[in-house]
Parts: sequence; structure tokens; C-alpha cells
Amino acid sequence: MTDVSSSSSSSKVKTLRGFKALELDTRLLGMIGAFLVICIAFNVLTDGRFLTPRNIFNLTIQTVSVAIMATGMVFVIVTRHIDLAVGALLATCSAFMAMLQVRYLPDMFGLGLGHPLTPWITIAAGIAVGTAIGAFQGWLVGYLTIPAFIVTLGGLLVWRNVAWYQTSGQTIGPLDPTFMKFGGINGTLGATWSWIFGGLAVLWVVWLLWSARRAKLSHGFPVKPVWAEITMGGIMAAGILGFIATLNAYDIPKGRLRRVFAARGEDLPDGFSAAYGLPISVLLLIAVAVAMTLIATRTRLGRYIFATGGNPDAAELSGINTRLLTVKVFALMGALCAISAVVASARLTNHSNDIGTLDELRVIAAAVIGGTALSGGIGTIYGAILGALIMQSLQSGMAMVGVDAPLQNIVVGTVLVAAVLIDTIYRKRTGGK
Amino acid sequence: MTTQPQHAGTTPLVEMRDICISFGGVHAVDHVSIDVMPGEVVGLLGHNGAGKSTLIKILSGAYRADSGEILVEGQPVQINSPRDARRYNIETIYQTLALADNLDAASNLFLGRELTNWLGFVDDDAMEAETRKIMARLNPNFKKIKEPVSALSGGQRQSVAIARAVYFNAKILIMDEPTAALGVHETQMVAELIQELKKQGLGIILISHDTREMLALCDRVSVMKNGQLVATERVEDVTEDDILSMIIMGKKPEKAA
Repeated sequence: MTDVSSSSSSSKVKTLRGFKALELDTRLLGMIGAFLVICIAFNVLTDGRFLTPRNIFNLTIQTVSVAIMATGMVFVIVTRHIDLAVGALLATCSAFMAMLQVRYLPDMFGLGLGHPLTPWITIAAGIAVGTAIGAFQGWLVGYLTIPAFIVTLGGLLVWRNVAWYQTSGQTIGPLDPTFMKFGGINGTLGATWSWIFGGLAVLWVVWLLWSARRAKLSHGFPVKPVWAEITMGGIMAAGILGFIATLNAYDIPKGRLRRVFAARGEDLPDGFSAAYGLPISVLLLIAVAVAMTLIATRTRLGRYIFATGGNPDAAELSGINTRLLTVKVFALMGALCAISAVVASARLTNHSNDIGTLDELRVIAAAVIGGTALSGGIGTIYGAILGALIMQSLQSGMAMVGVDAPLQNIVVGTVLVAAVLIDTIYRKRTGGK
Repeated sequence: MTTQPQHAGTTPLVEMRDICISFGGVHAVDHVSIDVMPGEVVGLLGHNGAGKSTLIKILSGAYRADSGEILVEGQPVQINSPRDARRYNIETIYQTLALADNLDAASNLFLGRELTNWLGFVDDDAMEAETRKIMARLNPNFKKIKEPVSALSGGQRQSVAIARAVYFNAKILIMDEPTAALGVHETQMVAELIQELKKQGLGIILISHDTREMLALCDRVSVMKNGQLVATERVEDVTEDDILSMIIMGKKPEKAA
């Protein structure tokens, strides 16, 4: 967007001036703006119940499952494919993991209920299954050249019912206690560790900004003025610490604490209170987001994904194996479905037959609202996560206001179409980017 | 221009012998042989659909020949993919430019051969620096290093494509209508670049419809019609009319000289 052409041919490092110096991503700003408008509007409509620590906590843990899958959907859509089977694949992985930890491991392998290895074997096996199914679908798309729409439409039916078949339609639970810590409310860091995490995250952001600046300077590229770097770093640090403070402000209810103490054979001391803090599921989402952003922007795989989306022929002629790339992209999507399955089933504390129903639409909508272009080649990981957050805020906000269920879905559908329209107009105005 | 490559004694940089390929019964390339010496520009002429692009796509690894042989510096080689072609320092600039529109110039230049740091991550800054260096040499007016190439003009896009070939030390450069989308000034720039690369000893295969341009740039021209090679002639032995009659009628000119 900003013109960084250095007319003095890099003999002197040129700096940018004014507001432009911040080099802000206007699309990101727009989405954050839309998100804030939604939050404030619902907060007014619910007499301040929307922006409470408790609701923000709930909102984040409700978003995690869809957001994790949306990051993978970005890659799928960027390579000009689609995956309609993510919700069904989530169900298959969830059913498999539920059966594994509740039935197979205790019955066949003799690991007792609550064995310390159970959750880890379960998660590893679940991710392996998700990856394998994803890779298989990718192989059908890439090597047998069946359109992804068809492969995953078939997959939607197949995997949904493989899940059903595995469990005979029963609800499987209760799940392993350690496994359930990935669900949200059952596994949080507590106030102290949340602050430690927040502090580390701030240090990391500062280090990132500093090392990016140093790398630019070492090549003699133009850099932002120091005040702009400090402003950006300050905004990000405030955002991180504000988020941690909000989650730490949500105290565990007294009744629940009393049960925890009772389980240890103690009484709840007077005036004792503890905060939930950062949920482990959100930590997982952050890890996935960082990893996927690294893949997208800093690895050859990511570069090839975007190149293939921009011009498949050019990618092929540049020596990129686009077929294998398709397999990798779908395999990654499958792995993320399995991780989402861990979060989703852990949040419900059991596997139910309808888990992940319609998730494919939520995931695709999140990616698209987040600026992923269905024509391929364009999309960001942070955009998809913000998209998931916007969708979830709309949904739960309307539920809190008391909007009728049919109207809720009508609004969400309209917002999806409107978001893509705005994005299309924005791209035309800015000459496509 | 004065030192003409001698056929006797030196090995061709690349030689395609008796190449055939057919698509669904149509002989797109039918027993065609061409060769290129170091420091030589060979022009490939013919109507649309004469098989020129198909022939060079076999050399660049996009297609596999049904039969025939490819020799690089006298050694028979197998070229089954664009990656193979690149390994033999065969670089191609395609008619359609083969750039990913959504990526910037540096990413396109290094596509498939990214520079990485010690962690194996793509080193964008290093690639940008290299791109700035080579662009300063090829097209000093080129400033839009960080913008997606969709925002560039035809000439600027062409310089990215050429930079890619030059940067990776091509020995054999295939140019499929490199000036088709360009203005007068940019066409002149490409012509100068071809002379420059020729001096460095590259072998260049040039495809164009512009007969006059071909006579100016090439040392030899090969004319194809309906998938077959009509003839290969030294440019000083033929006139523009001779070439046109070869293209249109598929006949060799009467040898006068």
C-alpha cells in the first residue's frame, strides 16, 4: 500500500513519515473495527452483559474449535480448493478418540481409566487418523483430479456416518480428565501462569519487531521511524496484557471452588478466590495460529501454496509439485480437524453424535469473512481467526439479546455475503492485493 | 556478430534430435531436430499451431516427448520435469510469463528456489536484496519490488521473468515471444539484453512472429509448419520473403547463393 520506493537507490536509508509510517494493514484494521462495533453494539443492547470477563471468556473458548480449522481452510481455499468435510471429519476424529480412551485402551490394551498415558496416546492417534483421512482426500483431489468440491461433499456424508458407525450413535463419555483440560473451562492456567504467559508473549512481540527492523537495516531497506515501532509494540503489548487481565478477572464460582477443596479433603478458606485465567484451549489456538502463520509466510511450503493459488501453471512450470502440495494441504487440514475434535469433545466432556454439525459452513465463512478469496492466492491466518471470532460474537450476542433462532441464522448468512461484497469492493478500489 | 559459431568441431550447447510428440492422434511435433551453439541465437518461426511452443516445452520439461533424444553439451539427458530442465541450466521465459500474480517480484524471481536462512525458513529480506541488485542491472527503472506483480506493467513483468532466467545462470535460454506484450522502448531493451547474453556465451532459442525482428536478432532461423521442420537457415542466406514463403507454403527457398 505504502510506496516504499527509495529514489536515492538505498545510499541513504529513507524513513516514512506521518500516519503512513505505521504501515498498518487497512484490511486488518477494518476487521478489528467491525469486531469492535459488534461488541459495543451488543454490549449496549444487553445492558453491559456482553463485555464482561465472563462472557469474553466464554466467547474465546467457543471460538477455538472453528478458529483452529479455519486456519487450515485458508490454505485449502488459497490453493483454489474447498473442504466441505471438516465438520464430518471432526466428528470421525472425535468418535475415534472417544472410543479409544473410553473403550479400546482400557478394554483391549489394559490401560486403566485415568492412566496417565491415555490422553496422549489418544491425541496422537486422533491426529494421525485426521492427517491420514485428509491426505487421502488430498490424493483424490491432487492425483486423481476429482474436484475438491465433490471429494469433500462425498466426505461430508462418509465421515459423518463413519463417526456414527464407530459409536453406534451413542454418546461416549465421560472422557479422560486430562483430555478434558483441552476443552476450555476445565483446563485453565490460573492467574499467575496467565500473567507469566502474557509477559513472555509481550517480550516475544518486542523481539520480533526488533529483529525484523535489524534485518531490514542490515540490507539497507527503508524502516519505520522509531516512534512508529514503539507505538505498534505498545498497542500489541496493551492488547495482550488487556486480554490476560480480562480473563484473570473472571473468578471461579464459589461452589466450584468448594468442590475442588472438598475433593482434597479441605474446607474453602474464607475470602479465598481464584481466577480462571487463560484457557489451555486458547493457548492451543495461539500455538496453531503462530505455527500456521510461520508456515504461510516463512516456509517454502507456504510460498508454494500461495504461488499455486495465484497461478497454478506458473507454479508447475517453476518446478513445484502441485499434486503433492494438494495432498499436504488437505493432510494439514485433516490434522487441524483432529486438534479441533480434541477441543470440541473436551469442551462437551463427551463425544456426541452431532458434534461438529454444520462446522464446515462456519469454518468456510470464518475464512472468507477473514479475507480469504475463493478465487485463490489470497488469505491470512489472523484474518481467519478474526473471522471466526466475528461469527461467534454475532451468534452468541444475538442469543444473549434474545433474537429468535431463525433470525440469528438469517443475520449470519447475510453478514457472510455482505462481508464478501465489501471485500470485493475494497480489492477493486485498492487495485487488488 | 563477426565470430560465427562453427558447426564442425564444437559441440552444440543443446541438441534436440528427431523429437516427436502427439496429442490424441495429432502430430504436434513430428521428427524435428534443432540445435543451438554457445553464443548463438536460434529463431523458431511458424504459424500459430505449427508446434513451436510444444517443441520448446519439451526442452523446458513441461511436456515429455514420445520419442527422440535431447543432448546437453553432447551428453544425452532425460528431461521429465521443469526441475530437470533447470538442473541442466535450461531456463524458459514463457509467452504467458508464468508469474504468480499475487506474489511480489522477489518471490516470483526465486519461486521454486527460495533462499533460506539457517533454520530453513524463507529469507525474504535476502531475496529482496538480491532482486534489487539484479533489477538495478536489467531494468534500473524497476521500483515496485514489494508489490504483487499483478500491479506491474507488461514490460516490468517481462523483466521479472528475464531476471529469473539471468539470475540463475542459465546456459540455455528459451524465450517464447518475449516482446509480444511490450512497447517499443521495452522491446529495444529486450533486444539489447539478448545481445548481452549472447556475448556471455548463452545459447538462446527465440520464438516470435515478427520476422524482421528475428532476422535482426538471430544467427539462424528454423521454420516449422504443421509440426514438421521446414528448414533451418543462416539469416544471412535468406531474405524476409524467403522466410515468409517457408512459413506460409512450407517450402525451402530456391538456393541462389
